[in-house]
Amino acid sequence: MSNDGSLAGNERFESVDQVRKQLAEVNYLSDEGIAGIVFLADRLGKPIMVEGPAGTGKTQLAKSVSELLGARLIRLQCYEGLDESKALYEWNYKKQLLRIQATKSSDDAVDWSELEEDIFSEEFLLTRPLLEAITADDPVVLLIDEVDRIEVETEALLLEILSDFQVSIPELGTIEAKQIPLVFLTSNNTRELSEALKRRCLYLHVDYPDLDREREIVLMKVEGITESLADQVARIVRSIRQLELKKSPSVSETLDWARTLVLLGVHNVDAETATKTVNILLKYQTDINKAMKEFKNEATFARDG
Amino acid sequence: MAEVSGTIRTAQDAASSAGGAILALLGGFIVELREAGLPVSLTENLDAMEAVRHIPLEDREAFKYALAATLVKNHAHWRAFETVFEVYFSLRGKEYAVGDDGDTLDLDDFDPADADGQGEGQGEGQGQGGAGDNLSAEELAEMLYQSLMRADQPMMRATARQAVKRFAGMEPGRPVGGTYYLYRTLRNLDLDEVLERLMESARQQSPETLTPLEERLEHDEYESRIEELKQEIETEIRRRLVADRGVEAMAKTLRKPLPEDIDFMHASREEMLSLRKALQPLTRRLAVRLARKRRHGRKGALDFRATVRSSLSYGGVPAEPKFKYPRPSKPEIFVIADISGSVAAFARFTLHLVHAIGGQFSKVRSFVFIDGLDEVTRFFEGADDITEAIHRVNTEADVVWVDGHSDYGHALEVFWQNYGQDVGSKTTVLILGDARNNYHASQSWVVKEIEQRARHVYWLNPEPHAYWDTGDSIVGEYGVHCDGIFEVRNLRQLERFVDHLV
Repeated sequence: MSNDGSLAGNERFESVDQVRKQLAEVNYLSDEGIAGIVFLADRLGKPIMVEGPAGTGKTQLAKSVSELLGARLIRLQCYEGLDESKALYEWNYKKQLLRIQATKSSDDAVDWSELEEDIFSEEFLLTRPLLEAITADDPVVLLIDEVDRIEVETEALLLEILSDFQVSIPELGTIEAKQIPLVFLTSNNTRELSEALKRRCLYLHVDYPDLDREREIVLMKVEGITESLADQVARIVRSIRQLELKKSPSVSETLDWARTLVLLGVHNVDAETATKTVNILLKYQTDINKAMKEFKNEATFARDG
Repeated sequence: MAEVSGTIRTAQDAASSAGGAILALLGGFIVELREAGLPVSLTENLDAMEAVRHIPLEDREAFKYALAATLVKNHAHWRAFETVFEVYFSLRGKEYAVGDDGDTLDLDDFDPADADGQGEGQGEGQGQGGAGDNLSAEELAEMLYQSLMRADQPMMRATARQAVKRFAGMEPGRPVGGTYYLYRTLRNLDLDEVLERLMESARQQSPETLTPLEERLEHDEYESRIEELKQEIETEIRRRLVADRGVEAMAKTLRKPLPEDIDFMHASREEMLSLRKALQPLTRRLAVRLARKRRHGRKGALDFRATVRSSLSYGGVPAEPKFKYPRPSKPEIFVIADISGSVAAFARFTLHLVHAIGGQFSKVRSFVFIDGLDEVTRFFEGADDITEAIHRVNTEADVVWVDGHSDYGHALEVFWQNYGQDVGSKTTVLILGDARNNYHASQSWVVKEIEQRARHVYWLNPEPHAYWDTGDSIVGEYGVHCDGIFEVRNLRQLERFVDHLV
């Protein structure tokens, strides 16, 4: 496969830098790692497995990439009990039944094999997201969201399409891809994914952004925020994330908080404002108490010092 | 077979295009990753070689991410990867070469430039080769302070180099690990005081007094810079060690167990920290998995209503029978844990884990003992924060009877007297400990009695199997009455056991 340029290398991008720039144009601030892996995925024709805490922009990455490529986003939301009739394809039984009944009532004798061939043709096939993604004529980006929610056995459904970009349908034969779409799988890591699935993917861990990047994100996404406020927001959030919490604030929660501060007309976050609005950042009472306590402790420390 | 020859050819292609040297280096690199415990498959190996073809090799960062994306498929392994990568690639660049005159060269390349850049604080430190040696301790301290103050990366690196050179006292060929040198360097730098100084100047610079919040933020900012400096120092020590001992030997010394393989009984403080970090995602994962298993373990009785309903789409033919979800009863768990010194960490982790997934059991009761026994369920009830509850178990539970040395016999006896009647046919009893009984009476009849009443009795032993029944360990004596004895030395084994339990 490595030699087969036409299959592997799609060459949608020129270089890592270009990916990064284009992502920034659609308001997604990437870093070296993210852009590099998107670039590689395109060149190697491999899916990307994106893992990380909730609310760090995993799904958004897929959306942004589809936006910058001008491609259609096909999304498969995974859940327990997802099966091939929801993910790959399904025969349209009702239409098949109608077809059989129509044949019976009409007078021309159609022999059985002809009918069988007829009702198991593409006309009676309902395509589901995975099949749709590889048979599409227009450029698409496939997003398989929260893949850790399906059972281990169901993962096997994904294997054929992820490694060979084809789907085998017993009655029809193998349908091969017309194009190799960029594929993103996201996972919240609620369970260990199988080796087989991981092996087929490039792995990307998206963590909470560092201080500078978070500040940039806040500046980019929140309208009317001043640079100094964005800096304060990012720094406070970093401090909070260092605590041992049930749930650390995600990027989206940071953004919500920053928006709130802008709406309230705050220019300078002091302890009082922070206390009043912290429930936007933290969602558990114990976490809120802990954060507040930490900041107060520091006060006594300062007096001693 | 065709496939095999195909892969070989691919490897050769990759070799010819990326250059044989890189291929050989990558080969060694991947072997080392496997040695460090990362599961790297053959396909992943090939993917990595394919990936680096698309990346400009001179771009270190891109090269690193390309390798990481293809070789590391679990975030917990990232640190191990980073260490190996650093030893194999980052320290190989031209600027890292340490020849006979390496040290002087280093200073020529780095110090003067940086010193010029900052100007103040180190007058005679500029100019000639080897100038860094002339820096006095005060000047070095000043340099350190300035670099942290301004978050000046190249200057931090230069400072780190100087500090290591001066304080680590590294001798060629001496078989000491990097941590020893790191400790020596850090002790001499006294970073706590530097932090204090930085805070002091932050307070002075601010026109008004800092509010507690601002104070805290400044503090965190400087702390993160100091963390950066520590990284630089560590890198510098490694660089020197690599130059001294060679890549392979160095990689071997730096090999650290992955979080899930850390031994509970012999974990260092740092390892404990990473264990605790690994525990949280583990509990979440287990809870989800167990809940799922319970629901899908087997099919329940035929659901007549649902079957008729779905048959309507096939013209009334019940083509697809529907079943009710089974609702098996949840087990009740009794944990009896030895919390004496040697096995305390193990008990803590298991208690934490069991209570964190408490929703999967109808009831969880825990008892801790050393030579006396106390029920500690009350600490966990209504506590939102399990870490806090565990802390209270350690400090408040009444577990000493005579002398505070483990006495399994007496503890079990007390358990049987006070709580034995609560053990029922739905109860699963877990006994945690190394069964090192200090030659007291074993009272193993208690375990036998428990076994007769309870659904299951399991013994979890944090000692390696080979040590069982040696010295004062009498785990075998108890074990004959248990449904199973499990060696649980690390998180991986603990996870496997909990999975087995439900």
